[in-house]
Amino acid sequence: MSYAISVNGQVHHVEDDGQTPLLWVLRDTLKLTGTKYGCGAAQCGACTVHVDGQPMRSCTLSLEVASSARIITIEAIEGADVRAIQDAWVAHDVPQCGFCQSGQVMSAIALLRATEKPTDRDIDLAMSGNLCRCATYNRVRAAIHDAASKLGSPT
Amino acid sequence: MSWHAPAFGNWRRRLKVGVLSLLGLIVVVVGAGGLAYALYPRTMPQTQVLAARLQPVEIERLRLAAYFDAIADPRARSIALFEEAGRVIQHPRCMNCHPRTDRPTQTDSLRPHTPWVTRGVDGGGAPTLRCSTCHQAENFEVSGVPGNIDWKLAPIEMAWQGKTLGDICRQLLDPARSHMTREELLRHMTEDELVGWAWTPGADRRAAPGTQAEFGALIKAWLETDAVCPP
Repeated sequence: MSYAISVNGQVHHVEDDGQTPLLWVLRDTLKLTGTKYGCGAAQCGACTVHVDGQPMRSCTLSLEVASSARIITIEAIEGADVRAIQDAWVAHDVPQCGFCQSGQVMSAIALLRATEKPTDRDIDLAMSGNLCRCATYNRVRAAIHDAASKLGSPT
Repeated sequence: MSWHAPAFGNWRRRLKVGVLSLLGLIVVVVGAGGLAYALYPRTMPQTQVLAARLQPVEIERLRLAAYFDAIADPRARSIALFEEAGRVIQHPRCMNCHPRTDRPTQTDSLRPHTPWVTRGVDGGGAPTLRCSTCHQAENFEVSGVPGNIDWKLAPIEMAWQGKTLGDICRQLLDPARSHMTREELLRHMTEDELVGWAWTPGADRRAAPGTQAEFGALIKAWLETDAVCPP
C-alpha cells in the first residue's frame, strides 16, 4: 500500500506494508541513516525521532501511524537549541563510539524544548530511555546543563 | 653386483616420489575441497521466530458465575466469586500496571520496567518521557511492544502489588482509594479498554484467564451477593 509520509518537511510516497516500522522506512527507503537501529524493541532509544514535536521510538511506530504525523530526524532538526546541544556535545566530548548519540541528541533537544533549565532529575527522567554502552551518561548530563545555560545567557 | 645397487636405489626413489606425490595430491584435493566448501555461497540465515513464540498460547479458563450457584451460603458464594475473579486481578497482565511504587513492572515475573520510567502526574509517564514515547494505541507485533490508547498506570492508591486478595478487595470497595462507585467499578472491569487489553496482550504474553465478559459477570455476581471480601 502507498503512504504519504512527511519527513523533514518533505512529503515522500512510500510503497510498503502499513505495519513496517518507521525506522525501516527512514533507513532503508528514504536512506536517512542518521537514525540508528539499536534493539528494535523500544529498549535503547537509538532510533528516537520527533513525531509532531514529541520524541518517539521509530522502531515501534508503524508506517501507517507515522503517515499522519510530521517526522523530524537528526538530519534536519534545527534551531538555536540544536546548535547549543551540538556545541555542548563537542565541548564535552560526549560521543565515544557514537552509535547511540543521534538518539541521545534528539531526546536532549526535546527535553530542552520542554524544560528550559532542567535539573539533574529532569535530565534523568527524560534521558533514562536512551542507553549508552560507553556509559557517557555523566557527559550527556553535563552537556545538557551546558547547553541550557548557553541558551539562557544573553548573546 | 654393481648394477643391482643403482636399480634398487632407483626403485626406492620412485617409490618415495610416488608416495610423496600421492600425499601431495591428497593434501591439494582436501584443501581445494575444504576451500570450495567454505566459500560455497549459502542462503543467508533468515530471522526466525523463537521457539517459545511458536508454542501454542495456553488458554486459561475462568469458572463462570453460574458455577458458584451451588454454594448455598451467600457469604461463602460471594467470597468464592471474588476469589475466582482474583485469578484475573492478580494476573501479571493486571498487576504490572498496579505497582506499589512509581515504577511499572513487566513480564510474568513482575520485574521492574525497562527502560526506567516513572508514573508522572497522570500515570502516563513523566512529561519528557511519556508512555506514548514507546507504547502506541495498539500492540505493535513487529517490535513486540504492547499498546493501548489509554496506556497508563493505575493511581498509587490502587496499588495491588504486595497486597493480599482480601486487601485488594477492600481497596476496590473504598471509593476514597478506587475513585469508583460500585457501578463504575463494574463498568471498569467489564468495559474498560485498557482492562480488556489483559485478554489481548499480543506477542508471547500470557493472557488473563477467561474473557473480559466472563470476568465482568463474576464481578457483577460478587457485587450482587453483597461484595464480601476474602479475609
